[in-house]
Amino acid sequence: MSVEGAKIVPSHHLDSLFRADRLPHILCPGCGIGPAMHCFAQAMLDSGIPLERHVCVSGIGCTGRVAGYVNVDSYHTTHGRAIPFALGISVVRPDLKVTVFSGDGDLISIGGNHFIHAARRNINLNVICVNNFNYGMTGGQAGPTTPLGAKAATAPYGNAERPFSLPYLAAAVGATFVARWTALHVRQLKEAMVRAMKKKGFTFIEVLAPCPTGFGRPNNIGDGLEEMERYRSRCVVNHRAALHELDLDLRRIDQPFILGNFVDIDRPHFRPPVIEQGPAAEFGRDDRSADGGGAAMEGAP
Amino acid sequence: MSSGKRVSGGEHFMVGDHACAEGALAAGLEFFAGYPITPSTEITEHLSRRMPELGASFVQMEDELGSLAAVLGASAAGARSMTATSGPGFSLMMENIGLAAMMEIPCVIVDVMRGSPSTGLPTAVGQGDVMQARWGSHGDYSIVAYCPNSAQECFDLMIKAFNTADQYRIPTLVLMDEIIGHMTERVVIPEAVKIAFSGRKRPVRPASEAAFLPFKADGNGVPPMAHAGEGYKVHFTGLTHDEKGYPALNAEAHRILVTRLIDKVRLNAAAIVEYEGLHLDDAEVVVVAYGCTSRSARQAVFTAREKGVRVGLLRPITLWPFPEDKLRRLLRKGEVKRFVVAEINMGQISREVERLTQIPVARVNHPGGAMILPEDILEAALS
Amino acid sequence: MTTRRPVNWTSAKIPQGQVYVLPERCKGCRFCIEFCPKKVLAESGSINAKGYHYPVVAPGKEADCVHCRFCDLVCPEFAIFTEERK
Repeated sequence: MSVEGAKIVPSHHLDSLFRADRLPHILCPGCGIGPAMHCFAQAMLDSGIPLERHVCVSGIGCTGRVAGYVNVDSYHTTHGRAIPFALGISVVRPDLKVTVFSGDGDLISIGGNHFIHAARRNINLNVICVNNFNYGMTGGQAGPTTPLGAKAATAPYGNAERPFSLPYLAAAVGATFVARWTALHVRQLKEAMVRAMKKKGFTFIEVLAPCPTGFGRPNNIGDGLEEMERYRSRCVVNHRAALHELDLDLRRIDQPFILGNFVDIDRPHFRPPVIEQGPAAEFGRDDRSADGGGAAMEGAP
Repeated sequence: MSSGKRVSGGEHFMVGDHACAEGALAAGLEFFAGYPITPSTEITEHLSRRMPELGASFVQMEDELGSLAAVLGASAAGARSMTATSGPGFSLMMENIGLAAMMEIPCVIVDVMRGSPSTGLPTAVGQGDVMQARWGSHGDYSIVAYCPNSAQECFDLMIKAFNTADQYRIPTLVLMDEIIGHMTERVVIPEAVKIAFSGRKRPVRPASEAAFLPFKADGNGVPPMAHAGEGYKVHFTGLTHDEKGYPALNAEAHRILVTRLIDKVRLNAAAIVEYEGLHLDDAEVVVVAYGCTSRSARQAVFTAREKGVRVGLLRPITLWPFPEDKLRRLLRKGEVKRFVVAEINMGQISREVERLTQIPVARVNHPGGAMILPEDILEAALS
Repeated sequence: MTTRRPVNWTSAKIPQGQVYVLPERCKGCRFCIEFCPKKVLAESGSINAKGYHYPVVAPGKEADCVHCRFCDLVCPEFAIFTEERK
């Protein structure tokens, strides 16, 4: 058998999952959003759910741009409002698999109220949150996940605030599946996404990701590779970790980053109330029993 | 009232807020997301009772930011969708009104106006949101705003609002006020078959065939709309975008897009604009009034006519687009010497009338809390 | 005392992979190079149009790829993948 080096080719085997005519994307070298998006595309394939039934909704920010690259029905909405926008789709089309793919600032700061209420309601929605510890798109400002003491464009003397632990928050407000992985743990991340897609209800996956431009540089992390190296050397997988012990501080070398699929429970997901009277069939909605939530569109007046 | 039917045909004695909700149901409302706020709460409460009977989806949201976002998501998935609110909530909806305009997602937003600004007078009337309705979200875009002056019109205009929103793919507003929302009157609801319906322009070719350009307009400037889950793999963004829907962040793409968004309403204004005229044919003084204030103005016109003074009433039914052509035609006839604009704000539509007519406009204003009395309008018309 | 061995020790075959690269998509993050478990990849000597050194198979490593697909999944730019050689 002849053995060759790398072959140069014009297209990637996953190109049909992306709007390949828009590649390369706008994200910086060393950014962790690319691997997370890559895992999402692979997870959509592996989920067995036809691509026509996947919908991706995002808000604003670097991660928010993901909706513009994945080749499924995709909505790039207002800052913080991806979850309620996705709620609307999920409620009226319960047959669709709706994923909100956005960043920590978008989902947890400006969109934090929607996040906690969507989880409380247990909306049938998968949320993937790329956490890069800062506002990347606007140039590295501090956000709700910036570690205490870390430097940021709006925290030049070090961040004075304690950050959220996202898995702890998500579990507390009612998410039925809660996981944390990193942009390096691509296999586990992809598998977690597939598991989330196969669940009913509100799921949450945090993806720790390097932002060498916004977060790495002011915090002496060098490039994306160096942050990925920190993930490699310091991450500990513990699916049964106590949720209140999942705090993160990239800068402290004595503290491990705990990863895992921490929560996987079942509870009834949100369905708009229906009462059994009135001529529902008149409007073609007798097929809602398949899932029980929302109105089917066929035969709408 | 709980008929169990989508169209509650017949004669009713009904509060304006409920008539509005019944109009929405008759129009085919499939998704409502909202947050309780006085004086629109009765719309939300009524729909929470009625929608589950009909298999339509009612969701009470955590705030008005989320309410309109959810409405847009549901509409993007093909459902006729609406929300209802009042001033403070309306302010929170501004960001997603801009998104609806930019993404061209049809939706209906009911704003039952109360005394403002800020928390203002929650339980008392105001008409201070009319300029916000037109210009409230940042940037240039177009909306249509209907302004009912009776419970019957609350019903009728909801049907028009849904049809207009779908036809032009725009956010459509229904600007009620506290008096109209809380006033109980006779409402006649026609049979289901008599409810006018004009839906969205939809892609002609199936998703499997050739590339579909989701933002390529035809005819009247409106692109056909593909919904989530139909296989077209659409991309919608609030960023400036090209016909594919892809971000196109340059001045030329922005000019093309924003111009078309504005022109959808501007160029179709003749088909959209509605107004009611009373004694306009020979009027020397024209009173412009809308919503509950038009009811006082009507009385003022009758009284003036009894005194032999030629006063008429122009009542915009679409506040936006404003009936500019009608104003200009009145001016061209040369008989109108003066305009009187009566409104429960400190002079919002009066500025519009001044801008359009360039002749003296007498203002009858107060900032909210009570109706303007016919006597006050009469005095302005006669002096 | 017997040595522990996987039950498929004799039947399991380690796959051999072929590396494919799209040089113009690469932004030179080096994730694929650093995290390849078999250290198959190296930086190219030449640069792409944007000035980045894209991955190539390191000299002498042509037969070492086991098609684990890690480079594929971790690549932020969809610029590298592998296929199993038959």
